[in-house]
Amino acid sequence: MNNISLILKREYFTRVKKKSFIIMTIVGPILMAALFIAPVWLAMADNDEVKTVTVYDNTGKYAQAFRDTETLKFVFTQEKDAAKRKEEFSNSGNDAMLTILDTVSNNFVLYSEKAPDLSLKEQISSGLEKYLEEENYKKLGISKSKIDSAKVTVNIETKTLTAEGEKISSAELGIAVGYIAAFIIYMFIFMYGVQVMRGVIEEKVNRVVEILISSVKPFQLMAGKIIGIALVALTQFILWAVLTGIIVGFVYLAFGSQMIPQGQDIGQIQNMSSQQIHDLVGNGQFSDIILGVMNFDWVSMFAVFLIFFAGGYLLYASLFAAIGAAVDNETDNQQFMLPITIPLILAIVAAQGIIKNPDGALAFWFSVIPFTSPIIMPLRVALGRYEIWELFLSVGLLFLTFLATVWLAGKIYKVGILMYGKKVSYKELWKWLKYK
Amino acid sequence: MEIIETHNIVKQFDNHRALSKVNIKVDEGSIFGLLGPNGAGKTTLIRIINQITAPDEGEIFLFGEKLKPEHIKNIGYLPEERGLYKKMKVGEQAMYFAQLKGMSKADAKAKLKTWFQKFDILSWWDKKVEELSKGMQQKVQFIITVVHEPKLLIFDEPFSGFDPINTDILKNEILTLKERGASVIFSTHNMASVEEICDNIALINKSKKILDGKVSDIKNEYKSSIFEIVFKGNFNKFEASLTADYEILENIPDDDKSILKVRILHNLKPNDLLSKMLNFGEIVSFNELIPSMHDIFIKAVNENN
Repeated sequence: MNNISLILKREYFTRVKKKSFIIMTIVGPILMAALFIAPVWLAMADNDEVKTVTVYDNTGKYAQAFRDTETLKFVFTQEKDAAKRKEEFSNSGNDAMLTILDTVSNNFVLYSEKAPDLSLKEQISSGLEKYLEEENYKKLGISKSKIDSAKVTVNIETKTLTAEGEKISSAELGIAVGYIAAFIIYMFIFMYGVQVMRGVIEEKVNRVVEILISSVKPFQLMAGKIIGIALVALTQFILWAVLTGIIVGFVYLAFGSQMIPQGQDIGQIQNMSSQQIHDLVGNGQFSDIILGVMNFDWVSMFAVFLIFFAGGYLLYASLFAAIGAAVDNETDNQQFMLPITIPLILAIVAAQGIIKNPDGALAFWFSVIPFTSPIIMPLRVALGRYEIWELFLSVGLLFLTFLATVWLAGKIYKVGILMYGKKVSYKELWKWLKYK
Repeated sequence: MEIIETHNIVKQFDNHRALSKVNIKVDEGSIFGLLGPNGAGKTTLIRIINQITAPDEGEIFLFGEKLKPEHIKNIGYLPEERGLYKKMKVGEQAMYFAQLKGMSKADAKAKLKTWFQKFDILSWWDKKVEELSKGMQQKVQFIITVVHEPKLLIFDEPFSGFDPINTDILKNEILTLKERGASVIFSTHNMASVEEICDNIALINKSKKILDGKVSDIKNEYKSSIFEIVFKGNFNKFEASLTADYEILENIPDDDKSILKVRILHNLKPNDLLSKMLNFGEIVSFNELIPSMHDIFIKAVNENN
């Protein structure tokens, strides 16, 4: 036991002190925070740039259609000759030139010197559409205000019936939380599973294993490595979560007061009753999301996440350790990697279908089969679409399989780490299982 | 008394037998040479003693007790294929291995520092292993093997990769450890070093032990009564006088001398040959040719094959 803790400490500290770990730990949250902030930031930053478009209108009917906005200016030209017009446009330095030769539709052409700017095209076409629509209303004798008043938006509130009564829940929130949880588990199993494998290969290639193995049992070595790396993963996860939270929080506090309705901060909103929130932000979707966040069962979700994170990691890490022991270098591992990575990738791909149909047969099987359940079960829990017996079945199977794989991996590991220069086949692995 | 004794060790891998009924005994305080061609089963036997793999049959006794996991702390093993973590600092790494052998942190540090000082490598303590040459790394590995002061030391090809100076330092260190009461199992292909430091040997070939005993006894057993004589005199007359009890294997003239190799057959004594020769000239030198371990190794293995 003492040996396992020594090995675990070495595995943990050598990795945590590595430059790559420190860089990843800092860069990761910045990237993640960027994911939250970038859309807002981009929306704000994009507005500054003013684009100028040269318009040549041969029909003379569209003069009213082009009104300058804050980001878009129009300049008209009367040059009839196409070649001269193009030359004039090139010399003007304007961003694009629109020519309208006749009134037949599809006769709008947008010229530009660089690749066509999609958002510019979008702005011009939507402006034109709006203008033409209004012209049509006029022709038909319908007033624009009547049309506007006839439009409706429907907002469906989602509520879940629970023992404590009905609760406002957010299906979108469930999907987001579930998918993020599934993806994090997938990513960590992969990243750190491969680290376990690399660690084993490194010891084997360096022949350190020969010296180690005379002091500790192979199983202790494997267990210490797997648990040590698990703690590295956990450290990274916690640091990422905390740092992302700090960065996002800081940026929102500094720049984002307008993003939160009427300058209220989140803390205050959390202390309000649902009625107050309704009063505050109106009976819209936003209030439902906030209520959904408040009503979401974060504690159970976190517990389920941790159980499947741990179970899934341990299951796969022991398999990765066995692969590392069976091969001599990383290029040899393909034939063994494939059967292990396929269920993982399958699970993350199936997740998208399962979000749409979380009660189907696919969802059921993927959430009880131990090789996919670490990814799919937390997703279904986040969606709130599972039976409690399914959860227990899933956890039970996962841990039984985990014990079996650790036992199997231990046997392969024990033989494999001392086997050099031999290309190993599945048949060979099967024999190893029978060695004393 | 034996420090370690194996009884009929059998180890079978799927299509080849690594060890069949191997018995060895290592006396306490002696250096025991474990010899044999590549692939004979030496490393498997050493791994079994280190409890890295288990034998299919047979028993092992350490200090008269059946081998058990706790014994690992009493053994220091320097494997033939050895390495260190490249990215780890030398001192940190030595501490790690010492602690894995059950030493306390303080004890490990004190003893390691003493050893590092002895080998004059204290300045490497904070260097990364990848900065050291192969020979330097071997020194660190040697220290790691002996630092927990085990009663039994197992060295598998300890001198490979060492220059002659460091080989000597290491050889002396091994002899010092022996003087302090440690017993050593020493596996090597370097027969010269076997003659120099081993008390007893066992020769394993194709999974079987084919020869064992004291080095001096084995040499005596393998000597074939051949004498090298430098002789100044009438060789032809001497040759004509010889009976069938003697056989001249070689005659190399050298100026006025001849260098002869003569085998004495039957139960005759060297003195019989000497007195015969004195009649025909002068004897400059007279030596019995004692076979080297090298010759014995080759002879024994070839006979066995």
